Amino acid sequence: MEEVSKIIKEKIKEVGNQRTALLPILQAIMKEQNYVKKEDMVDVAEALDISAADVYGTSSFYSFIETEETGKYLIRICKSITCENKGKKQVLKAIEKELQIDLGETTYDKKFTLKPTNCLGLCDMGPAMLINDEPFTELTTELVSEIICEFRNR
Amino acid sequence: MSTIKLIIDGQEIEVKNGTTILEAAKKINVNIPTLCHHEDLCVAGNCRVCVVEVKGRERLEASCAVPAEEGMDILTNSAKIRNARKDIVSLLVSEHNTQCTTCYRNTNCELQELAAEYNVDGNKYLSVLKEGIEIDTSSWSIEKDDSKCIHCQRCVRTCAELQHVNALTAAFKGNEMKISTFGELPFNEVVCTNCGQCVNHCPTGALTERRYFDQVWEALGDHSKHVVMNTAPSVRVALGEMLGYEVGTRVTGKMVTAMKKIGADSVLDTDFSADLTIIEEGHELLSRLRKVLLKKDTNIKLPMITSCSPGWVKFIEHMYPNHLGHLSTCKSPQQMFGALTKTYYAEKKGIDPKDIVSVAIMPCAAKKYEANRAEMNDSGYRDIDAGLTTREFGLMIKQAGLNFQNLEDSEFDSIMGESTGAGVIFGATGGVMEAALRTAYTIVTGRNVPFKNLNITAVRGTEGIRKASIKIDGCLEEWAFLEGAELNVAVAHGLKNARTIMDEVASGKSNYHFIEVMGCPGGCIGGGGQPIPTNADIRAKRIQAIYEEDMSKSIRMSHENPEIVRIYKEFLGEPLGEKSHKLLHTHYHKRNRY
Repeated sequence: MEEVSKIIKEKIKEVGNQRTALLPILQAIMKEQNYVKKEDMVDVAEALDISAADVYGTSSFYSFIETEETGKYLIRICKSITCENKGKKQVLKAIEKELQIDLGETTYDKKFTLKPTNCLGLCDMGPAMLINDEPFTELTTELVSEIICEFRNR
Repeated sequence: MSTIKLIIDGQEIEVKNGTTILEAAKKINVNIPTLCHHEDLCVAGNCRVCVVEVKGRERLEASCAVPAEEGMDILTNSAKIRNARKDIVSLLVSEHNTQCTTCYRNTNCELQELAAEYNVDGNKYLSVLKEGIEIDTSSWSIEKDDSKCIHCQRCVRTCAELQHVNALTAAFKGNEMKISTFGELPFNEVVCTNCGQCVNHCPTGALTERRYFDQVWEALGDHSKHVVMNTAPSVRVALGEMLGYEVGTRVTGKMVTAMKKIGADSVLDTDFSADLTIIEEGHELLSRLRKVLLKKDTNIKLPMITSCSPGWVKFIEHMYPNHLGHLSTCKSPQQMFGALTKTYYAEKKGIDPKDIVSVAIMPCAAKKYEANRAEMNDSGYRDIDAGLTTREFGLMIKQAGLNFQNLEDSEFDSIMGESTGAGVIFGATGGVMEAALRTAYTIVTGRNVPFKNLNITAVRGTEGIRKASIKIDGCLEEWAFLEGAELNVAVAHGLKNARTIMDEVASGKSNYHFIEVMGCPGGCIGGGGQPIPTNADIRAKRIQAIYEEDMSKSIRMSHENPEIVRIYKEFLGEPLGEKSHKLLHTHYHKRNRY
């Protein structure tokens, strides 16, 4: 909590306390804790003197602002048709098997969350996915196991 | 301001620069259908129902959002436009729960009207209505049914622009987009003030008031129950709109007859308790002035702010929880009425209060919530058992099979049925202020307010915030400390304006002594429980009707109401006395800000 109020304060110093500060603040919180808690939204609303519903509306609109708790590593696998044609289905199955979770879920140890995403613009190198901000391309079932293994040991 | 010329359906028209195509068309009586558009709100342009053809442009334009330009040649009715509108309405219908026959807004729904007008084919597009949508019935006042929502966002704009509450937002995106509260919490857990403006602005049945008329019918049919009905001032100037009358028609006498015909045991007037509110609130104001100005008591807050509007009360509880001391402790007329119905009225009539069912007919959605506030049981019972909106009552009259226009006029019953013009004007913004000044001035000086016909026009009108100063001189001895003082007052209506004035109060810069705040634009006549549609023109006509009703009354100052004089003599004792304190005053709570 304290950390979030510090983030808010610092961001406001940087970008002001107008409504336009909302996204930068939300992004800063995302960077720190992977998702924006409901109580953080209330704090942000108060700091910018806007309504909490407004903050919620904005947070829920953007794909890269999470409103539910996610694992340390957020895997976003592309759900667009190109990746689908290039074998995403098998790749997804492999990830699900490796992590023992279904799409949309978080692992028991809170290390990984698996989510679909819209096109990442990496169609020529599909199937593609992101882990946090890092892109991974030309995925195969073997490759994703290796990648996950590597993240597990980070 | 410069003007421009354009052609609409072959007719040349000159309009001010900045006028939208829709507004320009209206000027020459060309009716373009709309859905997301509402005169009270900013342009949204998201439903596309109002599309028109602009010659020379490939695509159709949304007339509500596009400003008229010099030389434009516009068609509002062509095969292309009709097809487009028909498709747009069909698409909206494809994600709407079209159970019209069981919908509360049946026959008063803008989507239904358009679907009928364009004779849409319900099977043209697959239904994409999401399954398993639950109606949020958590609030005492408002129900939200997302299956009937067409995402026009009128409610979001209403809550933001008119009321500055922002309890509603557009959350998620694409086909997942929905109108949501903070964190999708139920209505009763968020900042919603229950004002009902979203209900009044909703084109469909997605947002409606929570209805209680079935329980009222139940009570009316139960002969062991004594049903007491009371109606707020603004109901009588709006009810007629639902029953075939022109906007602004006063139907007081017929309304009373209708209540008697549907079986109420006693038909009384909330205007009576409005008069009572004035006595209590007027004395509270004077007592605060004495404590602050004479005794220098720093615990007493000025300005004092009115507390009749339950939407406003909940607003200040959420948004300015550290300033609740400014609120008058007086209950609203509805709650004073309820508390007295089950004490004074029961005693005088010799009826066991447990057998009394008190029903309040109000222009308001928040009154339902107010009636259910935990502390509103000072009579030892629920002070008000059911709060109905003007709309619900209009429907009850229809259900009863009454031919309203042919009803004879009749008078309110006694006791608690007599009122003055001062009680009547509670219904319009500025009315409580005017009524309070009429009485307070007399208490202090022994004379009437120095305005022609008692009409304090400075506090009337529809401007968002109005200010006035009244010089007090020739005080009676008891009030000598007020001699020569200027009483500064302000009036605000609509919660947006309430926020502006509260910011001033909170900053400590306000020099007012007394402020009237009404939660809804126009005051109660524009309340969330009033007939749909409501807009600026309609509000103005209802306000005019309220002042006509005031002028029609032989007594126009609350303290001269003989029933008020009697209730103090025989029951309450004195204003702000012990009994008043127990039955007529209340307290407030801090609430969360989301």
